[in-house]
Amino acid sequence: MAWLHTWSGLVVGWVLFAIFVTGTASYYRTEISHWMRPELSAPAVDPVAATNRAAAYLGRQMPDAFGWSIRPPTAENPAVEVYWWNNPDGPYHHALLDPATGEASQARDTKGGDFLYRFHFELSLPPVWGRWIVGICAMILLISLISGIVTHRRIFADFFTFRRDRSAQRGWLDAHNVVGVLALPFHLMIVYTGLIELGPMLMPWGVKAAYQHDILAYYDEAGIMAATRKPAGQPGTLMPLGEIVARATASHGEAPEAMLVTMPGDAASSVTAFFEEPPGLAHLHPQIVYAGDTGAELSRTGDVGAATRTGAVMIGLHEAHFAAAPLRIVFFLCGLMGAATIASGLVLWTVARAPKGADPAGFGLRFVRVLNLGTIAGLPTGLAAYFLANRLLPLEFAGRADWEVRGFFAAWILSALAAAFYPKAKAWPVALGIASFGFLAIPVVDALAVGQARYLGFDAAMLAVAILLGLGARLAARRPSGFRAARPNLSRAVEA
Amino acid sequence: MSVRPLPGFTYRLAVAGRVVLAAFGGYGVAALSAMLLALALPMPRSEAVSAGTLASFAIMAGAVVWVFSARTLGRAALVLGLIAALLAAGLWLAGAFSPAVVP
Repeated sequence: MAWLHTWSGLVVGWVLFAIFVTGTASYYRTEISHWMRPELSAPAVDPVAATNRAAAYLGRQMPDAFGWSIRPPTAENPAVEVYWWNNPDGPYHHALLDPATGEASQARDTKGGDFLYRFHFELSLPPVWGRWIVGICAMILLISLISGIVTHRRIFADFFTFRRDRSAQRGWLDAHNVVGVLALPFHLMIVYTGLIELGPMLMPWGVKAAYQHDILAYYDEAGIMAATRKPAGQPGTLMPLGEIVARATASHGEAPEAMLVTMPGDAASSVTAFFEEPPGLAHLHPQIVYAGDTGAELSRTGDVGAATRTGAVMIGLHEAHFAAAPLRIVFFLCGLMGAATIASGLVLWTVARAPKGADPAGFGLRFVRVLNLGTIAGLPTGLAAYFLANRLLPLEFAGRADWEVRGFFAAWILSALAAAFYPKAKAWPVALGIASFGFLAIPVVDALAVGQARYLGFDAAMLAVAILLGLGARLAARRPSGFRAARPNLSRAVEA
Repeated sequence: MSVRPLPGFTYRLAVAGRVVLAAFGGYGVAALSAMLLALALPMPRSEAVSAGTLASFAIMAGAVVWVFSARTLGRAALVLGLIAALLAAGLWLAGAFSPAVVP
């Protein structure tokens, strides 16, 4: 089992590290998006009027679409977010609208926190590919966790053991155990619930057997999603969507979070009002479906059975929408510990195989070392570049949002390449030092470029990350091996 | 981590065999279980599908751990094949293979 733990962890460790880091950042996806669009601060406009304007905009973009979705403005999200598509497999077109005019928002062009969120489960690849790769990595991580627990007979005693100064290998092993075991319930929860999130794609066979692959019929019967009408095949007119927003608000007692229009140009179009999840763990949005031409109520989601609710609770746990600020911090720290467990495991693999004396390091060892450094120090550098690009790229730049993403990958790749060619002893402190300076620059650049008091919290968080990375660089520089000390620092930071 | 002699070709082949068996055999057993549970669990159809899908990932993890902990590759394959055959027989009894299933 020790063998299984070592090798299953190694082959997917680098991808998992990136999944954990971006997923952990996604707990603050809304805050990141707010920071990256400093122009958006207008108070919320009437959602009814804003939805009518958004429908007019979508009618100009794609009147014969397969679907539109509209997220009316709220106090937290002042812009109207719209998507439109003519094929359920994509592509999905996206725009932010100014609620007062119904035209494209004047906010800077950026993907915001959504880029990190989507990278977390799609890795910037075509969605189906990315999700399968992430799903396979998650399954391998689940195996690795199980075999890691089996390996660890003395799990309780080892938890209180930290032999940092005994030898490099013991120090790394203990660091790996501390961050791994301390947050073990979180690790098990997050990987299993992550698999459940991708379940309909990874494991469609139950739906295939019972519903002949008609997943919408399953969603309808299970109470996950209310069914819409079959299209009539003839053109029709949509009634003002704002009117449906008003009806939904009156019927449910709160304004809908999002409106989904199915076949807007068809005589039998449907409009689904999605409401926010009721308090609790389950990720189940109540829905009411209206006829798009008359506004008559067609159906609504009803009670959900125990098994389906269990799955919805798992998804709710994964996404932590229920968690208020203090619990969200705990989730965030647990996510960091997950990343630290993976990173320390990867480094431990190389430390345990370091050649004794003057033996040259083999190809495999050098390969793993370079990938470790390129991932563990390179990814933070890329993240810093992504945030800096948001503040530094000219606002009128064509394809600005894509260039922010290119900045992320360019900085990551450059950092990894530099690390590969740098002498081994200095590579870790230099790479971590660069990442640290990158994060240190974010509050400075933000203060100079935007300078708004509401971003003090975000900037303080960036400063904290910079200090952590800087401490890591210093510790890595102090030891001749260089490999030895960067990660215990992270575990200590997590305990603090 | 003690120093071991370099593993030979047969050993490597057996490891590769276990990896392939764990990946495809494990997924196959999980998929068959999800289908059987979806059809056979005594609850509404949608609930049975949800329960089967939720359980399938734990079933796959169990199958993979079995493949790697079995004494030999042949033994692992034999037991996994037996389970898959039983699941397939159950599916046949539940009517999954009968033609023209109309919901």
